[in-house]
Amino acid sequence: MPLYPEQASNFAPQVDNLVIFMIAVCLFFAVAICAAVIYFFFKYHRKRPDDIGVPIHGDLRLEIAWIVLPFFLLLAMFGWGAAIYVDYRRTPADTLDIYVVGKQWMWRLQQPDGRKEINELHVPVNRNIRLIMASEDVIHDFSVPSFRVKMDVVPGHYNNMWFRPTKPGRYHFFCSQYCGTNHAVMGGWVTVMEPDNYAKWLSGTAASGDPVAVGEKLYTELACNTCHMPDGKGRGPSYNGVYGSKVKLADGSTVIADDAYIRESILQPNAKIVAGYAPVMPSFQGLVTEDQILALTAYIKSMKDQPPPAKPGMSEPATGKK
Amino acid sequence: MHRTGELYGQFQTLEQQKETATLGMWVFIVQEILFFGGLFLAYTVNRHAHPTAFGVGGNMLSLKLGGANTVVLIASSLTMAMAVWSATTSKKKLVTLFLIGTLVLGCVFLGVKVVEYKEKFDHHLIPGHGFDISYCSKNAAACGLSAKDAATEVEEIENGLKADPDLNAHAQLYFSLYFGMTGLHALHMVVGAGLLLWLILQAGKGRFDANYNTPVENIGLYWHFVDIVWIYLFPLLYLINRHLA
Amino acid sequence: MPREHYLNATYGMRSWLLTTDHKRIALLYLISVTFFFFVGGLFATLIRIHLLTPGGYLVTPEMYNKLFTMHGVAMIFFFLIPSIPAVLGNFLIPIMIGAKDLAYPKINLLSWYIYLVGGAFVLYSFATGGLDTGWTFYTPLSSIYSNSAVTPAVIGIFINGFSSILTGLNFIVTVHTMRAPGMTWMRLPLFVWAHYATSIIFILGTPVIAITLLLAGLERMFNLGFFNPAYGGDPILFQHMFWFYSHPAVYIMILPAMGVISEIIPTFARKPIFGYDFIAASSIGIAVIGFIVWAHHMFLTGQSTYSAVAFSFLTFLVAIPSAVKVFNWTSTLYKGSIAYDTPMLYGLGFIGLFTIGGLTGLFLACLGLDIHLHDTYFVVAHFHYIMVGGAIMGYLGGIHFWWPKITGRMYPESLARIAAIVLFVGFNLTFFPQFILGYLGMPRRYHDYPPEFQVLNVMSTAGASILALGYLLPMIYLTWSMRYGKVAGKNPWPATGLEWTTDSPPLTENFHDTPVVDWEVYDFEHRPELGLSGAISKKPAPAHGDD
Repeated sequence: MPLYPEQASNFAPQVDNLVIFMIAVCLFFAVAICAAVIYFFFKYHRKRPDDIGVPIHGDLRLEIAWIVLPFFLLLAMFGWGAAIYVDYRRTPADTLDIYVVGKQWMWRLQQPDGRKEINELHVPVNRNIRLIMASEDVIHDFSVPSFRVKMDVVPGHYNNMWFRPTKPGRYHFFCSQYCGTNHAVMGGWVTVMEPDNYAKWLSGTAASGDPVAVGEKLYTELACNTCHMPDGKGRGPSYNGVYGSKVKLADGSTVIADDAYIRESILQPNAKIVAGYAPVMPSFQGLVTEDQILALTAYIKSMKDQPPPAKPGMSEPATGKK
Repeated sequence: MHRTGELYGQFQTLEQQKETATLGMWVFIVQEILFFGGLFLAYTVNRHAHPTAFGVGGNMLSLKLGGANTVVLIASSLTMAMAVWSATTSKKKLVTLFLIGTLVLGCVFLGVKVVEYKEKFDHHLIPGHGFDISYCSKNAAACGLSAKDAATEVEEIENGLKADPDLNAHAQLYFSLYFGMTGLHALHMVVGAGLLLWLILQAGKGRFDANYNTPVENIGLYWHFVDIVWIYLFPLLYLINRHLA
Repeated sequence: MPREHYLNATYGMRSWLLTTDHKRIALLYLISVTFFFFVGGLFATLIRIHLLTPGGYLVTPEMYNKLFTMHGVAMIFFFLIPSIPAVLGNFLIPIMIGAKDLAYPKINLLSWYIYLVGGAFVLYSFATGGLDTGWTFYTPLSSIYSNSAVTPAVIGIFINGFSSILTGLNFIVTVHTMRAPGMTWMRLPLFVWAHYATSIIFILGTPVIAITLLLAGLERMFNLGFFNPAYGGDPILFQHMFWFYSHPAVYIMILPAMGVISEIIPTFARKPIFGYDFIAASSIGIAVIGFIVWAHHMFLTGQSTYSAVAFSFLTFLVAIPSAVKVFNWTSTLYKGSIAYDTPMLYGLGFIGLFTIGGLTGLFLACLGLDIHLHDTYFVVAHFHYIMVGGAIMGYLGGIHFWWPKITGRMYPESLARIAAIVLFVGFNLTFFPQFILGYLGMPRRYHDYPPEFQVLNVMSTAGASILALGYLLPMIYLTWSMRYGKVAGKNPWPATGLEWTTDSPPLTENFHDTPVVDWEVYDFEHRPELGLSGAISKKPAPAHGDD
């Protein structure tokens, strides 16, 4: 069982070396104290019921020793940690900048060329990467354990963090500041690639295979599943039995849920709001290709024979105060 | 119930009882300083972040009424101190008189505060309640402004908006803190008034003299504290960035 | 047992609910904090069962988020903070200093009622919609986005704060003005020093959380904007104000436990505590330095690097007085005459677990490591080592140590030792794996986790089941002992404090006559009335300061 994550950034070995030092020093003291306690516990076990211990009130030299010596050890721990931190907070000049927006409960990460990813970040290896992060709602935190880095994402502020990935691979990232219901599933993957693969990825698209399967994958990857739940109780309507049916809208009118309706709902979600739901869906304009819209439509169509939910409509408005 | 001035069961001597009461009041006051301190911190941080809006907000307060209240409260501290002096020199009638004077001045203060709060209500300056910092600039008559003052008001709001497009939201922050700080202070004064009433009743029965005057002294401490809080509130809320015109 | 004592002096509900006897008030608190311990413990049980599997099938995400929030609120505000001060402190401080009661007995009773009212609001919040903001109530999640019953909860915590403040005020004034003749400051038991330091924190810190929660509540009710960036407010201001109290709050939770340990160790080693002056001073030192380290909870909020460096340095500094205590307690064992009674087992368990908890705090104080460890299970493990391994073991050790004094009866020793060991083992099994989970990167407050974290989570839950047993056993046998336990004399151990010169249980007024103290604290040598022989010396007791 691993005791620490992979080392995949410039900070990882630094942090791990420091932690080894800390473990060594702290283990020494912990073992020394525990050993002393256990040893004294047995060695000075009361022999006769009326015995008392030898009255020793104190020793000034010992007190000074165990204040001064730990002070210097603590100074070393502090200094080493501060050095890493100051380096981490001083972003180098030559970074590849990624703009990150966190919101309940997904991440949008934008590459320098404007291309956006959801819950995925592709970066080239051995480049200094800077994330410039903002929140649309509450405080989040972007953390990558294999890189040993994280930073809070605070509404009303822009926060920077930087790192240099040192090993190609796929690394988990997590939201690390409690942000509500789906805090625990608001994560994703950082994919570190060799520079030419990264360039290839930037210029190409994905999308091949059975449209329904691709659509189903996108349904999760694009976080549609966080709102469009099968029971209709999420923030968005269920897809069960929708395709081809008559949909009642919030303004009282009805519309047939055909391909055009689905496409419009993805790109301009506020154009037609289903009755019983609030206009909270973000637009995916620029985030999905036409191929992907077709795949999503195929997936939604595949659910047209599923029984629709008994009582659709959001269980609670987005901000119901008590 | 013990009568005031008797030795309570947990104490050995009256001296110990008095020392305990006084120390208790001081510790309580220290705690109150921290209580107000949090609000003062929030005010300071927000003032620093939104100087324009806070300036505009502050100028909507009445310097006359605030200044008068400051004088009233300082005078009440004087009468309170005189009450304590009278008690320690056994002038029992004067004790009651000065305490009544303190209570009256305290009530004047609270009355003026009611007038000020009502004015804010009329001028749409209650946070979260249709708050509109520009109400008076648009309705000079309803706010009782002269033509000259109305023009100044309009200009002030215009300049404010130029410097800070979110003037209304930030001014609402100012007034939230204004009501929070002066409201908390007023609450403490109401409690103080209650304590004074009790003191007056006891003083009327001639309970306080040179031998025993601990409640007068300790409630005096509390009253002075409440006064000092106002002495900080007044310049912070009313005087910073004040246009005198 | 004495014929008349504080438990049987008067009868009936009114005599308990309107009592001003500090000892009865302590028992009222004992019942209420135990109740909240079970409330918090129930939530913890559900959390650990839910975390057995990734995908979390026991409760919904919303429910899980409520569980960890309510666990934190119940445990911190309604169990840990009051526990030792309001139960043991209330009971013992007057007796330890030779007084008949605290300085303000009626305010003491008022504190309990205020605690109940605060608790009622919070229970109401739990029952009607629950609370899902985390016990830290970070804005704007708590002030705007949460759909749970935040307002009654913050009202309850606000009210409960006044209970703390009044208790602190009572203790400070009592220690200053109510000491018996001869009870000088340097003859005070370290338990009293610890509570004096804790009371300083009560007085200076609690008002700030009161105002902070008040502002957050007002923001929620009236959409005001102190902490909402959309209206020009700043969520980070909330964090500064919140942690200004909540960091010193953790010292409120540990200092009293340290005071208990400082009583247990000399008693069961039968010798004076090593380094009395330094332990007393370190309590004050921890209280003072503890007020200037709060932003170590905010190293990654994007604040100034300079301030982070300053707060990290100060946080390392606060470790020193804690270390001083640990070294002094350990040294007290040297050449002692050590008994293996249950309180001593708790005391030694405390030393071990607090040492680990405190040392892991250094990892978090260390800026470079905090980048990786912030908001992971490492933090969860660290604070549980201190609060459960430290504070709760101190509380239970104190309950056992003073049980004969409080009830007049002994608890069953063998069973109690077994329970202590079960607790110690269960605790380590529960929380040590969480250090590793944290370093591996598992964030806290997660209802679901990637499958690679499962093994450690299962280990942790297994440990928790043993820990639960360790808590249930004392509940059962302590209750049993109130009726069937062996009758204890005045001083069964024996120990040297003034409280052990009174009856077990004590008279309502504690002492027949006011004691006059002319002996040094923790002196086993020159106290023949303790009935000990061994190395009794013929020289007179050293005046304080000569060694």
